[in-house]
Amino acid sequence: MRPEDIHALMNEPTCAHNTKSKSGCAKPQPGATQGGCCFDGARNALVPISDAAHIVHGPIGCAGSSWDNRGTRASGSDLYRYGMTTDLSDLDVIMGRGEKRLFKAIRQAVETKKPAAVFVYNTCVPALQGDDIAAVAKAATEKFGVKVVPVDCAGFYGNKNLGNRIAGDAAWREIIGAREPAPLDPSRSPPGIHVHDVNLIGEWNVGGEFWNVAPLFDELGLRILCSFSGDSRFHEVETMHRAEANMVVCSKAMIHVARKLEEDYRTSYFEGSFYGVRDTSEAFRAFARVLQDPDLAERVEAMVAREEARLEAAVAPLRERLTGKRALIFTGGYKSWSVVSAMQDLGMVVVATGTEKSTEEDKARILDLMGAQARMISDNDQTGILKVFRECEADIMIAGDRYIHSTLKSRIPFLDIDHVRRIGYAGYEGFIELARNLDLVLHSPIWAQVRETPHWARASGERLRIAV
Amino acid sequence: MADILTPTKALTVNPLKASQPIGASLAFLGLARAMPLEHGARGCTSFNKLFFMRHFNEPIALQTTAMDQLTAVLGADDSVVEALATICRKNAPEVIGLITTGLSEMQGADIPRTIQAFRKAHPEFTGVAVVPVRASDTLGCLETGFAAAVEAIVETLVPAGAKAPRRPSQVNVLLPGSFTPADVDEVRALIEAFGLAPIIAPDIADSLSGHLIDAGYSTLTYGGAPRAAIATMGQSAATLVIGASLTGAADVLAARTGVPDHRFPGLMGLKDCDAFVEALIAISGRAPPPSVIQARARLADAMVDCQFQLGGARVAVAADADHLSQLTRVFVSLGVAVVAAVASTRQDALADLPIEDVVVGDLEDLEDLVVARGADIIVANSHGVEIARRTGATLMRAGFPIYDSYSANSEVWVGYNGTRRTIFRMADLLSAHYREIAPHLSPLRQAAPEARPC
Repeated sequence: MRPEDIHALMNEPTCAHNTKSKSGCAKPQPGATQGGCCFDGARNALVPISDAAHIVHGPIGCAGSSWDNRGTRASGSDLYRYGMTTDLSDLDVIMGRGEKRLFKAIRQAVETKKPAAVFVYNTCVPALQGDDIAAVAKAATEKFGVKVVPVDCAGFYGNKNLGNRIAGDAAWREIIGAREPAPLDPSRSPPGIHVHDVNLIGEWNVGGEFWNVAPLFDELGLRILCSFSGDSRFHEVETMHRAEANMVVCSKAMIHVARKLEEDYRTSYFEGSFYGVRDTSEAFRAFARVLQDPDLAERVEAMVAREEARLEAAVAPLRERLTGKRALIFTGGYKSWSVVSAMQDLGMVVVATGTEKSTEEDKARILDLMGAQARMISDNDQTGILKVFRECEADIMIAGDRYIHSTLKSRIPFLDIDHVRRIGYAGYEGFIELARNLDLVLHSPIWAQVRETPHWARASGERLRIAV
Repeated sequence: MADILTPTKALTVNPLKASQPIGASLAFLGLARAMPLEHGARGCTSFNKLFFMRHFNEPIALQTTAMDQLTAVLGADDSVVEALATICRKNAPEVIGLITTGLSEMQGADIPRTIQAFRKAHPEFTGVAVVPVRASDTLGCLETGFAAAVEAIVETLVPAGAKAPRRPSQVNVLLPGSFTPADVDEVRALIEAFGLAPIIAPDIADSLSGHLIDAGYSTLTYGGAPRAAIATMGQSAATLVIGASLTGAADVLAARTGVPDHRFPGLMGLKDCDAFVEALIAISGRAPPPSVIQARARLADAMVDCQFQLGGARVAVAADADHLSQLTRVFVSLGVAVVAAVASTRQDALADLPIEDVVVGDLEDLEDLVVARGADIIVANSHGVEIARRTGATLMRAGFPIYDSYSANSEVWVGYNGTRRTIFRMADLLSAHYREIAPHLSPLRQAAPEARPC
């Protein structure tokens, strides 16, 4: 990828901070860097397309330690859970055989796995070598009759966020618009209701959590043309251009796709989240608003009233046990505010939230929710986060799996909210699950025990210093 | 004697292999106050860190030189110097493992010269040892990367020449990357039972066994072989080496120190363990203590008890070469039929295995063999879960990564006790997985009469 292409992707006019220096795109400091590269981000964004073959073009370092490491789930083909790589060897590099090997690899994938499409992810070594994966993809598409999508995302181009954008850009350039949606079958749609076609953008179906929410879309007459990309099929991505409304679920990383669809097809979009009661209800209201359908708006209100009443009955006893508990949330992007509102729905106090990957709008939303005294943590260093935790006298840390073990070492309760978890927290059902898990973690009897100094240590006069 | 088969296919499907840099990093995670530093793009390290975190359920000390667009093309020597200095400043380690990757190797990074540059620019960090390891991921696997790092550790941290007087009860121990923290502890206990003091380098039991420390979270390793102890390896009475992968490291240690060594192909099963104990008797001049005799008798009893369950059971194994050899030999010694053996990379010693053939390949090859030949149990890393599900076999987790088990790192496989434990676990799995003969539904049988309304 050329530097000007990378710069073009970093230019996102819908972002309020677009004209400022891009905090998310800062240069990593050698020797003190956390977080993945843009190959990581690009593959994460596209790998949930379940009926495609996902080939990592590079030596074993890229795919070997990372394949099948996502919590995303799909209902049909399990092809996306196969790890595929060209596993380049010394000889491949020295002899310049990378492109040839890739071509043969695509042939093997097509012949043995019958994929709906093939994604090829470029990595550092072939990028430095100068392998032309776009040319290989084009030749392979013609030769094998299966669409091969090149994704140029070598790790040294930049961070994970850039990788998400590269993925979205590849989808927009190579896939979206290639097919018209299948006509609606009237016998299968709810009677007397006008059905709208919509897309979700940046929804990953972690632990199958979107399946908590999907039945409500059916009930309201919202046909999901494509959920990009959790539990999606390749042919669905091809039809995304025909949606009447787009919901951007995972904040800014994928907003590029929504913006392009608005520019090219005049499809309106909005940003939302399915974490927490308020956000889930608000997401459905936003669909009614954007689609300008008063009948839908009425039905949304009825559904929201019903679901919230049902939910309240289940959550009330848990809320009693959680009210006043202090949480420190350290997670990226949209979760930095959407999780805040979910915790507040449970009566919990959010004492601080991480904003490492958050945009200016994300931060504005945090201020809205937490008030002007909101403490934001932008440094992702584990030791620093633990220090803030103690200063704020928090009870629980809610963060990504990267922080699990440093937190548990410090004998602090922890809830995993990241994308490799297997428990679904989205929607009304997921909210109950979230409350249940928070209660279990916070009230586990082990915390008291591991913080206790054993009697024999006391007897010997040697007090163990406990880090909490 | 086994035929080594190397299928020619362009696409690796469901890789068995993890990279050399990840194996090299693991070795440094077994040194005290250490920080492995991978010289490559940030993603390599991000993946490897998560890989180990999920495997060990521990925070993992691992850093990157974070090569980017510019440094990949124009040279990343400055990044290496900056990374070394940053780590010294922020973390004050005793040892930094400087590990190359495919990217930096391909770029042609000149590591010795870069270390010189670092030394010149930062005399204040003279006390920090930097151990360079060449570990391109275009070659080898986790096991060979681990072995390369052990060799580099010996080369860099053990002084050459045997001037110091010998310490008659001190022994050096080199163990392969496949040993779990619990395995390392088992070896230590066995050696100490003879009154000997082992220096195990690296020692991942001390660092990665999973233990809370008073200080809480640490940015460096949570224990491991101290650099000062490694420096005394030249004074030991003997060196014990397990696994063919460590031949190079053992050769270097012997050449540098002149300490006589004893090399073993593995440490599972009565035969291997007996040979190891024999060497300990010779080095220590002591008879085996009662605990060792008792452990041996218990293993023998377990072999008798479980022979009904294990005898004839069909097992398919996938692992790095050394690890695969050890498992295959012990399974065969227990009467288990090894129907498929897949190694991630080629090693000549594989030809000596007492089975028909060994495939150098991936987990798809293993799956194909299981489908073609039939297996009751698969011994592989956690990626074997899906294969077990698709083929109807049960899974015994072994190797790297194991990301869906809390007990994997406290499982003992080696020594008398570990072999016994392995036998019990395997027998339990097979017992729970036992498939009864399916009912035969004869078309001649009378249909059940329709229920009469009462």
